[in-house]
Amino acid sequence: MTQATPRRLEFRDVAQGKAMRARLSHAVAQAGRPVTLMHVCGSHEQAMARYGLRASFPKDLHVQMGPGCPVCVTDAPEIDACIALAARGLRVLTYGDMLRVPGRAMSLEDARAGGARVEVVYGATQAAQIARASSDPVVFFATGFETTAVATAALLLDDPPDNLVILSAHKWVPAAMEIVAQTPESKIEGFLAAGHAATITGYGIFERFVERYRVPVVVGGFEPLDILSALVLLVEQVSAGKAEVVNAFPRCVSREGNKKALSALWRVFDMADGEWRGIARIPSGNLALKPEFAKWDARERFGVELAEAPPVEERASAAECLCGKIMSGIAEPNDCPLFGKACRPDAPIGACMVSSEGACRIWHEHGLGLR
Amino acid sequence: MCLGVPGKIVSIDDMVGVVDFWGVKRDVAMHIVDEPVAVGDYVLVHVGFAIRRIPEEEIAETLSFFEQMAAEDLEGLSPPGAPPKPGTEPEALP
Repeated sequence: MTQATPRRLEFRDVAQGKAMRARLSHAVAQAGRPVTLMHVCGSHEQAMARYGLRASFPKDLHVQMGPGCPVCVTDAPEIDACIALAARGLRVLTYGDMLRVPGRAMSLEDARAGGARVEVVYGATQAAQIARASSDPVVFFATGFETTAVATAALLLDDPPDNLVILSAHKWVPAAMEIVAQTPESKIEGFLAAGHAATITGYGIFERFVERYRVPVVVGGFEPLDILSALVLLVEQVSAGKAEVVNAFPRCVSREGNKKALSALWRVFDMADGEWRGIARIPSGNLALKPEFAKWDARERFGVELAEAPPVEERASAAECLCGKIMSGIAEPNDCPLFGKACRPDAPIGACMVSSEGACRIWHEHGLGLR
Repeated sequence: MCLGVPGKIVSIDDMVGVVDFWGVKRDVAMHIVDEPVAVGDYVLVHVGFAIRRIPEEEIAETLSFFEQMAAEDLEGLSPPGAPPKPGTEPEALP
């Protein structure tokens, strides 16, 4: 308890990392078979790539990225709905990483090049500031998982300006984990849950999941030692035939989570069935504004139905795109015939190559899986 | 968009704090952090909102957890914050 707080809260001790890696190898060997785990967070993939963790994993350990990229799972018709609002001359505000994601016909960036008023904001607070400084309606394209949805909720509970209109495409990750666990082709034997999302939800929400699907869930942080220790605790459970929820990120995550944030979230949003791009229609996978927030709901105010955007033939090459399979944990980026060839960061085809949180983009940028 | 970053509060005025992310300072909304925060506290920030105060004692706890995880004789260890047995309340924070 007397150790000094690490500078910048970085936990990167090399000797400890090596010891954990040895322990990980030992646990995989104990399992006596290849072990496949899934994480559900772009930040976990980024950290594994950045710190070279993937290169240090034992040969028989496979860690796949599941549906953990909020940009990637935003459905094309949701983007089309946003473009349709921009096409009516409305000013549209979006998180920057949504800009280049293709809808069915075009991206928000394409729409902007065609003269639409599409602007990038850092977050919900900035969207409210922009709306307050204007008398015209301002549309905020509210995308992202529960962690980001909480920011949208806080904004709507803090006297939002009347001219701010929310187009919610928020998604609820635990619902997608259920779908992955039910996928017959899935080889996933354990889940590394995202520490920041669990900071909001608490690790308690995984208890029922673990009971139902008999797979362990370990909540992990994002420093190299956070990830290694969480993987050790997962593989050791797999080897021992256990399935429990373990919190390996207690400096941020509690069992109950952030009650204030959860209360804000469920005061503003209802769960709704929703399409996750390339994966499935996920029961309770989306977060829709409650009827009492209809005044700020773009769908209520402007009648934007997801079906409104005209269906357009997809580019031929997009049919080969494996994004959906990659996000479902049944393929890796280098299984895709387009990866690094027709589909590259400068010419992305699938959403996983567009977003800095997408598995394909991260692998490509770090030279992983390139032939 | 989905990026949580820890930083340290350098000033605070009602619901808006200035957080130092190791050189870069940003205004951060304090509406949804679930306990009182003060100048000098570490917070986890996500899209402009503090979502958690990171207590110093939990940082120390993390360091000893890593020490345990990296120790050679590892039988029977469980991490801090391991789930309680069904029917029992979670342990209070130290």
